[in-house]
Amino acid sequence: MRGLLPYAVILAAALVLPFVANDYWAVIGARAAVYWVLVAGLNLVVGYGGQLAIGWVALLTLGSYTAAILVARFDLSPFLAYGAGGVVGALAGVVVGLPALRLRTFYFAMTTLGFATIVTQVALSWQSVTGGGIGLPGPALSPPFDSPWGFYLLTLAFAAVVTWMTANVANSRWGRSLVAIRDAEVAAEATGISKARLLTIVFLFAGFTAGVAGGLFGTLQSYITPDAFTFDLSVTFFIAILIGGRGSILGPLLGNVLLTLLPEFAAPLVAWSTFLYATLLLAIVLLMPGGIAALLDFRNRTPLESHRSIVPRPDRVAALLKHGAARDDIVLRNVVLAFGGVRAIDGLDITIQAGRVHGLIGPNGSGKTTTLNVISGYYEPREGEAFLGTRVLPHGKPQTRSAMGIARTFQTPRVIGEASVLRNVMIGATIDGHASFMESALTLPRHRSDEKHLTARAMDALAIVGLESLASVRADRLQHSELRFVEIARALCGRPAFLLLDEPAAGLSTEEITRLGSLIKAVAAAGTGVLLVEHHADLIFDICDQVTVLNLGKELAAGTPAEIRSHKEVVSAYLGA
Amino acid sequence: MLAAILAAGLAVGAVYALIGVTYNIMFSASRVMSFTSGQMGMLGGVLGTLCISRLGLPIIPGFVLAMVGCAAIGVVTEVIAVRPVLKALDQHLYVLSTLGFALMIQTFTAIEFSTEPQPFPRLIGIGEGNPWDEKFWLPVVACFATIGGLELLYRRTLVGRAFLAIAEDNFAARALGLPERNLRMASFALAGAVGGLAGFAGGELLLAFFANGATLNFFGFVPVALGGLGNNKGAVIGGLALGVFQQAANFLMGGVVASVAVFAVFIVVLLVAPQGLFGAPAARRV
Repeated sequence: MRGLLPYAVILAAALVLPFVANDYWAVIGARAAVYWVLVAGLNLVVGYGGQLAIGWVALLTLGSYTAAILVARFDLSPFLAYGAGGVVGALAGVVVGLPALRLRTFYFAMTTLGFATIVTQVALSWQSVTGGGIGLPGPALSPPFDSPWGFYLLTLAFAAVVTWMTANVANSRWGRSLVAIRDAEVAAEATGISKARLLTIVFLFAGFTAGVAGGLFGTLQSYITPDAFTFDLSVTFFIAILIGGRGSILGPLLGNVLLTLLPEFAAPLVAWSTFLYATLLLAIVLLMPGGIAALLDFRNRTPLESHRSIVPRPDRVAALLKHGAARDDIVLRNVVLAFGGVRAIDGLDITIQAGRVHGLIGPNGSGKTTTLNVISGYYEPREGEAFLGTRVLPHGKPQTRSAMGIARTFQTPRVIGEASVLRNVMIGATIDGHASFMESALTLPRHRSDEKHLTARAMDALAIVGLESLASVRADRLQHSELRFVEIARALCGRPAFLLLDEPAAGLSTEEITRLGSLIKAVAAAGTGVLLVEHHADLIFDICDQVTVLNLGKELAAGTPAEIRSHKEVVSAYLGA
Repeated sequence: MLAAILAAGLAVGAVYALIGVTYNIMFSASRVMSFTSGQMGMLGGVLGTLCISRLGLPIIPGFVLAMVGCAAIGVVTEVIAVRPVLKALDQHLYVLSTLGFALMIQTFTAIEFSTEPQPFPRLIGIGEGNPWDEKFWLPVVACFATIGGLELLYRRTLVGRAFLAIAEDNFAARALGLPERNLRMASFALAGAVGGLAGFAGGELLLAFFANGATLNFFGFVPVALGGLGNNKGAVIGGLALGVFQQAANFLMGGVVASVAVFAVFIVVLLVAPQGLFGAPAARRV
């Protein structure tokens, strides 16, 4: 509830404005509100999703012209026309946005910039429809919205609704997934987040708000020409988000208000305003990458307790995992995988049984992590197949593994540094949410029950690894060993049937390794199969039921820990006498 | 008409190619793609007009001064927009920092120089109004001279090989004791001069206009995307092809259709081959 206070203050200030200011301020206020309708949607794309869409003004242009043309030429009611502008904006949003699935950041930024240029050129030259350089009138509203303050209050209502919706999205699994693909894309895939589906939905939404903002913009300007939609405007939207800070709603809201008001207070500088914005952009990136949001983040400035120890509670594992009947095994048959001329895995057969701990050891470069990456779908083997029971595990599709009950951790922990520990762990159960994007945006019952269940489950998982006291702390403030346990909690949160651990003991103290060992044993006892890639021989021999030793991509030996320990070749090749 | 299309197409294509080379040089030195690349081309034209028409310098000193100016801006790009964000390359902050700096250059030029296109001085005075007008072949000559010069630099000189070493493996090059930072600054100076040369040689065609920066940014990036990042030959082939294609579409169907067509080709090629037609596949992620 305390989080709502700043919004309430801003809304109250906006509602008081009509009583204390003249009509000129109604126009300024309406402009800030209209821009915010667009920026709030774009914030999900840029601030949360990390997609550098710098040419978003194109959607404002399209929405604006759609609404204006429908009203001027077809006599549609302005509100329907705003909606139509939104629909066109949403479709264009997908068209502009989807290249992001294939292109790297700068390339994507360029395509959005190119699109913005094209849209303006078309608006300028398609005279019969857009009026060319002369332009056409924007949608005019009837009373009570035709007065400056009437229109101001209308735009304020739009802005308030959009703020509420984007804040809901941000605090749902959709918002968490967006941040996950921004900061830890590989881990996001492993938890079953489909980037394509997620970004399509978000681009539709952000395109819609931009299109609606375009319609309102036409009414605000009362007359639109291509000149009104400059690239500078696009940059302003973009900078508002960056000044505000990534992954925040309040920050960009303040940034947007600030940038709209700035020219009013610095009238002699109007010609220099773009220069000022550009300087601001550079300064923010170099000096304050966290933006306003980082300045306002007081909670994460209180120091953490310094001598923290991680005390997992293996006894709670069974209650979280709750497995039913016996599960299938993971089986690799004759898997061959080569990088160029190097055969990283060279004809490997391996069976990982449900409810057992299977150790995978071998010298560096023997193909341990590669095997794990084949199972979790990042690599496509040249020959052979991986099965879960009788089902083939599809190659090259890591996002399918979570739904099949396979979770994993990474050699270097891949967590979202800017999100809290709790939100990081909740990512692990993303696919168990039921609410659609719109249900989340409107906080319908299914969204609320999702949030309740996922939060409870994530807290359980954190309690199991012994980190529940750090739930609300930003993950990048944790120590390395704690991050390893956060990753395990994230994997457990999805209630996996198989848990693949890639060197979970690396960098842990002896005591922590012992605790990790008993935690892994408890996980297996609860019915989850564990594949453990590790260099700590003691841990492997202590907790594994089965051990496979790899060398140069082939199985050197397999058997129980006792058998491996006395295996001659293993001792000479790897363990040492 | 064919001659006119070819002449104009190859001319603008050569300018695009040179801007593409500017992108490539900056990228090789720092793994950063910079929004200032196109601005260098714009500055080449603007500084040329400034030095020759406004200050009244003879052509050669005017040219040299314009190139020095562009090289200096290249170095400034490196110092304030690239170097500070290099340590967090994976966060892609360079997209924002170079965009900010590029916009600063552009708006500063608009305000302090002119918001309207200004004429560029006639340099030699050959073939007025013909397909062999100097404004058409100067950029092509500049383009091939640059490519030839770069080849010589990279293959035959120690500094050039050091550039290549940095581009190939930054860590190994530093371990060998190469002065990575100085080489990076030198690369950005070179990139600035190449971009400036594009704008200067193409000045009679594109005029001295602040908005050229944004246009060249986009159309200069297309050959890079088509030819593969860091591949200068790809950029030249891509640039010339783009120029001819654009001018042909322009003559046959009008400017807007030409722009839409170029954009469509750009998107389709990128989606089909994100690493470019001559580029290397992307690195492993896991």
